[in-house]
Order: sequence, then C-alpha cells, then structure tokens
Amino acid sequence: MNSLPVPDHPHPESLRDLFFSFTWLALQGFGGVLAVVQRELVEKKRWMTREEFIEDWAVAQIMPGPNVVNLSLMIGGRYFGLKGAMAALAGMLTVPLILVLLLALVYAQFSDQPGVAGALRGMGAVAAGLIAATGLRLSGALLSNVLGIRLCMAFGALCFVAIAWLRWPLFYVLSGLGSVACVLAYKKLKP
Amino acid sequence: MTEPLTLIFTLQNWLSLFVHYLTLSLLSIGGAITTAPDMHRFLVDQQHWLTDEQFNASIAIAQAAPGPNVLFVALLGWNVGLNAGGMLTGLLGVFLSLMGILIPSTVLTYAAAQWGHRNRNLRAVRAFKQGMAPIVVALLMATGWILASANGSSLKDWPVWLVTAATALIVWRTRTHLLWLLGAGALLGWYGLI
Repeated sequence: MNSLPVPDHPHPESLRDLFFSFTWLALQGFGGVLAVVQRELVEKKRWMTREEFIEDWAVAQIMPGPNVVNLSLMIGGRYFGLKGAMAALAGMLTVPLILVLLLALVYAQFSDQPGVAGALRGMGAVAAGLIAATGLRLSGALLSNVLGIRLCMAFGALCFVAIAWLRWPLFYVLSGLGSVACVLAYKKLKP
Repeated sequence: MTEPLTLIFTLQNWLSLFVHYLTLSLLSIGGAITTAPDMHRFLVDQQHWLTDEQFNASIAIAQAAPGPNVLFVALLGWNVGLNAGGMLTGLLGVFLSLMGILIPSTVLTYAAAQWGHRNRNLRAVRAFKQGMAPIVVALLMATGWILASANGSSLKDWPVWLVTAATALIVWRTRTHLLWLLGAGALLGWYGLI
C-alpha cells in the first residue's frame, strides 16, 4: 500500500500516533466503533475525506473480518505500509481486550446474583436489537443496488430464512446465494 | 441456569478450536458478528464446549464494553478455556480464537484492499460489491434474530422480543446514544422485568 498516492490533507505523524489514535477511538466506541471512527477521522482529524471514508468502508465491509478492524488496517497501511496497518490494528485491540477480560472477571464474581444475570439478559436483548438495527440502517443502500429492490429483497429473505430459521451453516449460504447474486449483478452491470 | 461445564481438552481439541476460527475468519463478511450463529452451532450445539448462558454473556459483555465487537470472540475463547481448566487455559483460548479469527481476514484484506482500490472500476469488483450487499444486510438481521431467540425461545418470553424490536427501531430511526439503550436493558433485566 506504500505505492498508493497519499492525498494532500492531514495525516498521522508516526506509528505511535496511529496506535494511540486508534486506541482512543476504540475506547469511545460502546456497542460499536464505526460512528466514532467516522466522527474522529473524517471530521476531527481530517485524515480522510468523506468520500474516501465511504469508499474504504465499502471495501472493509465486503472483505471478511471485523469491519472496523479492516478499516483500521487499510488506513494504517495507506500511510505506513504493513507497519502502519499493524500499529493501527494493535491500537484498536490491545487496551479494549484487556478491559473486556477484566469486565468478564468482574462479571464472574457477581454472576450468581440474580440481578446480574437478569441485567445481562436485558443487555443481550438490546445487543440483539443493535445488530438488527445495523442491518436496517444499511438496507437503505440497497435502493441504489444494481440488482433492483425486488431481487435484493428476495436474496435478503432467502438468506434470513436459511440462517435464522433453518440454521444452515454460513459457508453454504454465503457461497451458494452469494455466487448467484454476484453473477446476476455482473450481468446487469454495463461492461 | 444450566450446570457449569468442565471439559478435558486435548491438543486436538485446541487445534480444532483454532481451525474452526481460521475458517470462520474468511467467512466473516460483514463483520465477525455475522459468524456468531455458526459459532453458536459449533461451540454450544455440536461440541458442548459452552453453555447458552456463557455464549450470550460473552456477546453481551463485549457489546457493553468499549472497543470493536469482535472482542466477543476473545471472550468465547476465554470461556471455553475456563471450562477446560482455569485462567491459563482461558488465556490460551483468547489467544487461539483471536488469532484464528484475525489472521486470515487480515492478510486477505490487506492484500485485497490495495488491489481493489486500484481496480475499483472493474466490472467484477463492482459486481461483487453489489451482489453481496443484500446478503450482508440480511445476515445482520438474522444475527439479531438468533441472539434474541437465544434469550427467549418461547412465547412467554415476549418481553425480551419486545425489547429487541424496540431497540432495533430506536437505533434505526433515531441517533440515541447506544449506551443509554444498553443501560436501560440492564435495568429492565436487573429488576426482572424481562
């Protein structure tokens, strides 16, 4: 990624800067980091423009792996190559990992209290809603999809039924449905 | 509450944990959370390495904590490790599951991001993005469904579903800070309302 042209706007000064910037980002992100990434990197630090962010986010989403982890890799890699990617990744994960393990230990101490189990159950229900809502928010982007809204809904419904109700293994659903959808999209796109 | 699990883990078990995450890594399109259903199938239903409670607690704690949601994978590994011994095996579980879920996707993304950026106008690249989009979106909703049904599987659990549905609506339609919602869910659960 060294060879990509670096646009002319503010950028991270050093690997250390990358590491701590991403640590700071991660620590602000409760229940998901994406919103914080956009606000900090695009609006505050101006390391990337809105357009660059949307472009990178699309790739981060399409590629396997955690989205924000992918995004941090790509941003770090753009400025400092592989070292930058690793610095951003380490920043994103190290301190939050320690925190989450500590939290799990605290939880284990109090898990026999009925209130704690209930609280976690309640948070679990909310967490389920958060993830479903991410899907709902992204569904707006499907309106401009080349497949057209009907096909999008059909593929979405098939995928939902296969995973949520039939509990089929993800691999078969993704490769089966995915390849059909990609071939259809390829045919519909103008060469 | 189900009985706590006590496991005897062989080298082969550790290896199969690691390998399972390695394969899931390449399938985790749309985020690691989209592979949560498959992790549940493997860890809880098939291998019986985790209880349902441990699985849900891992996801809820990771959601409540700051940082990327992928850390729920570390907590799943931690709990498998705890069931198989203690803190040391717990840390081994964290290491194996996190490395497993991250290494393949990281290598692939790093390589592909460069290629994809250079060829973003290529027909095949655009077709891949467009074709996968509806599936990725539906996958997120399916994950929400599975997590909700792990919390409440029968009709008498309707308040759980109500909270999940209300959360989804609020987050979809408003810009309410997620922390308030998690806090509200914790309070409702603490007082036994859901």
